[in-house]
Amino acid sequence: MTAISLSARSRLDPLTARRGLMLVLLAAAAIAYVLFRNQWTLPHNDDEPLFRSLNSVRDFVDENRNVLEPIRLAIGSVVDAFDFVIESLGWPGIIGLAGALGLVFGGWRLAVLTITGFASLGVLGLWDASMATLGLMLAAVILAVAIGVPLGILAGRSQRASAILAPILDVMQIMPTFAYLTPMTLLFFIGAAPSVVATLIYAIPPAIRITALGIRGVPSGSVEAAMSLGSTGRQVLTKVQLPLARRAIGLGINQSIMMALSMVVITAMIGAPGLGRNILNAVQRVDVGAAFDAGLAIVILAIILDRVTYAAGDWLDPRARIRTLRSGRQRLVGWLGPLGLIGAGLLAPFAIDATQFPTAVQFSFRGSVNESVNWFTDTFSRATIVIKDVSTNLVFNPLEGLLTSSPWWLVVAVTMLIAWYLSGRRASIAAGICLALIVLLGLWGHSMATLANVLVGTALTLVIGIAFGILTARSDRLRAILRPILDAAQTLPAFVYLIPALALFQSTRFTAVVAAVIYAVPPVIRLVDVGIRSVPETVVEAATMSGATERQLLWKVRLPLSMRALLLAANQGIVLVLAMVVIGGLVGAGALGYDVIAGLAQGKDFGKGLAAGIAIVLLGIMLDRITQGAGSRRRTTVAKAG
Amino acid sequence: MQRNRWGRWFAGLAVVSLIVVGCAKSSGATTPPASTAAGASTGTTASSGPSASATVAAATCQGSGDKGSVKMMVNEWVGAAANVAVAQCLLQQMGYKVETSTLAEEIAWQGFDTGEVDVILENWGHPALEKKYIKDTKLATDAGSNGVTGIIGWYVPKWMVDEHPDITDWNNLNKYASLFKTSESGDKGQFLGANPTFVQYDEALITNLHLNYKVVFSGSEAATITAFQQATKNKTPLIGYFYDPQWLLSEIELVQVKLPAWTQGCDADLKKVACDYPAYTLNKIVRTKWMDAAGDAATFIKNFKWKNSDQNLVADAITNKSMKELDAAKQWIDANAATWQAWMP
Repeated sequence: MTAISLSARSRLDPLTARRGLMLVLLAAAAIAYVLFRNQWTLPHNDDEPLFRSLNSVRDFVDENRNVLEPIRLAIGSVVDAFDFVIESLGWPGIIGLAGALGLVFGGWRLAVLTITGFASLGVLGLWDASMATLGLMLAAVILAVAIGVPLGILAGRSQRASAILAPILDVMQIMPTFAYLTPMTLLFFIGAAPSVVATLIYAIPPAIRITALGIRGVPSGSVEAAMSLGSTGRQVLTKVQLPLARRAIGLGINQSIMMALSMVVITAMIGAPGLGRNILNAVQRVDVGAAFDAGLAIVILAIILDRVTYAAGDWLDPRARIRTLRSGRQRLVGWLGPLGLIGAGLLAPFAIDATQFPTAVQFSFRGSVNESVNWFTDTFSRATIVIKDVSTNLVFNPLEGLLTSSPWWLVVAVTMLIAWYLSGRRASIAAGICLALIVLLGLWGHSMATLANVLVGTALTLVIGIAFGILTARSDRLRAILRPILDAAQTLPAFVYLIPALALFQSTRFTAVVAAVIYAVPPVIRLVDVGIRSVPETVVEAATMSGATERQLLWKVRLPLSMRALLLAANQGIVLVLAMVVIGGLVGAGALGYDVIAGLAQGKDFGKGLAAGIAIVLLGIMLDRITQGAGSRRRTTVAKAG
Repeated sequence: MQRNRWGRWFAGLAVVSLIVVGCAKSSGATTPPASTAAGASTGTTASSGPSASATVAAATCQGSGDKGSVKMMVNEWVGAAANVAVAQCLLQQMGYKVETSTLAEEIAWQGFDTGEVDVILENWGHPALEKKYIKDTKLATDAGSNGVTGIIGWYVPKWMVDEHPDITDWNNLNKYASLFKTSESGDKGQFLGANPTFVQYDEALITNLHLNYKVVFSGSEAATITAFQQATKNKTPLIGYFYDPQWLLSEIELVQVKLPAWTQGCDADLKKVACDYPAYTLNKIVRTKWMDAAGDAATFIKNFKWKNSDQNLVADAITNKSMKELDAAKQWIDANAATWQAWMP
């Protein structure tokens, strides 16, 4: 309430008055904290009545699930179809096909990459698992494209459709992936179908968003020209807008594929086959090396798919194709290469066993990785545990203590105040509603513990990300060195590095934060790097001429001018850190993450797990609203920024 | 230019391959059947390439795969993988096609609904699910004990017992609480809670036994195992939830803490529980419809019964000796014919 009346006044007052008010109110909050500390704290209760009523929701769905059976079977048959194709092709067929696609879209270099890439999956001894992952992913992507591209076209052509879709997509993207695994098993049981649906939810937003952007990005001149020549709406779409937006649609599909790949791995937790299963098994056996092999296979798949779809986007772009137009004969010869590769692949079964990748050529990093990880943890674990203890006592415990010992209404009020200050009235109201709903969910205590973790994780992510972003912006060489590391950190499933992190920092909140930071830092570095690099040279030169030092240049020119990018980075950092909350539950962070995992596994905790998933989403929306007002938010482009 | 040269090369290749196709097709050769091993299980491919002679089958875990299929669920722990590997190897030799999938304990029961799971070889309790699936809907049937006894309890690393011999009695735990203090447990001792998917009531136990400890959940089995490995290696104090059979116990030594003994019904109310976990007789659960139709395979599963030591041997080979599941199973099968021959129909 205070926030609303204040924002009205703030329009009259200059910025300093707003800041002053903010400080006064924060001081008042501090006094309130001292007075009411440890009252109205809403301690956690595992037997909230709401949890039990959510349990009865489950029983209801259990009894009426048959309604969804057709969807389950339909999705299952799509997956089966892909599995069947992949299996009938055999490994030589797949490698041949991959090579052919590489040759068509990107030329012989790409073909070499795809062929060696796919072959190395077999050499790692992970052919079957990789193909299972590929099949699931393709099924999800096909559905994502079939649903997403039309929706994107709609959103691109109609303002109203776009306005309806935007908030839904926002929630889908903020929602941490683990949070919706529990409902998936409830609706679709275990196995391929829920895995595909979960992946679909995760991978569809970029397909919709980037397609819409592409359609809107078609120059209005082209559309008007077509209209003035008497084209119908349909003709404008199919002859002008779609062809010109092809590249954007290609990029959207590229993003969908990348996201689907990472999600398919996670759905191993609900019984999906593939590389994710290998990683979970390896983690269960504390076998970092085996997890590394499977993680590497995922990175290889990601690189191949990224390059191929990226090249396909270029290849589809009519503007790019005009440049490489060739004579009929040249084109014919160009097609023979790919056809030859496919032919060779399909014929191989006559000469060799195509059902199983030859076991004679196999290589694994398992032993060497395990040895070096053991050495590393043995050598450093004492030192790292001291780091963990010091930072836990200095940062985690005080912050968590502050949030959990404050009266709940005080936390709500202060959060709304900060939201109002940073992003205005609407963000403030949204934040207030989110927190109020968390109170109603009966998960206040756990939510505050998780919030403390997320805040620490975000702060660390930003400090590291901004520092490295500034460094890479100033050195092309450092950027080139970091790029593959960042790529790997983004694509490698977190499970792979959890075991070494556990050995170094034990089962603690700190370990969870470390995992979150590894996951969230790469995009932040990239955004900061791009932001600083895009500061106009002329401004920098002018400052240099007027005698600014390197330091002044950074603090007075480069950073302030890239503020928007920095704020976007902060927003991204928070969303990504939050996405790791559930993973944190797996390594000792407790609170909401643990509740979700328990709900996934134990029938009696289902309601609590579902509520915890919702609470994570609410925290996400709240933090997103608070930070996004300051920066713009088109996060679909993030993964590719830089 | 570059591209043209490649193109010609491949064109030649394509022509040659087309001729080969023609010849092959006319001579009646067929492609390998694509439908084998349709379930893309992450375990091992069920039956690749027919191996007709029975003598080969006995040595390689392979068989004709034409007697029908068995979908076996593998629990997340390695002991369960050991059970399944041995049963899988023998069933395949008998001519069955075996598909495996790894699932969390409770989620796996849903497979009885969908037909995605035929057999669970190691079930730890779960009375609610047993009631729902065995008593009420009759979708599943209890196929008897698998011979393994499951022990859940509170464990400490061996070196702690050497230094504090009386630590194995719960009455003395408060004396040592400060030893177990960590950054996560405040001024209490830390008790490392289990993977949330496992049967547990440590928080209630600590409250009801008036122990000055706080449960900090490891969150996963991997986290618990890493914690005990580090506690043994670096001699850092640790007390937590653990269980036997578990492969880690053949790598490091843990000692169980004695809690008030379990008596019938002492764990009926999980809020008032103040006694140790019961010893679990682990049993096998099968899908009723599958059992009625599976013939020999069903009899085999009903007869399947071995000991903790057998399971630990195979599990140890899988984890610590880095053997593939089926190789480890084969090694055990070769050495223990007397045990498994009793399971044969």
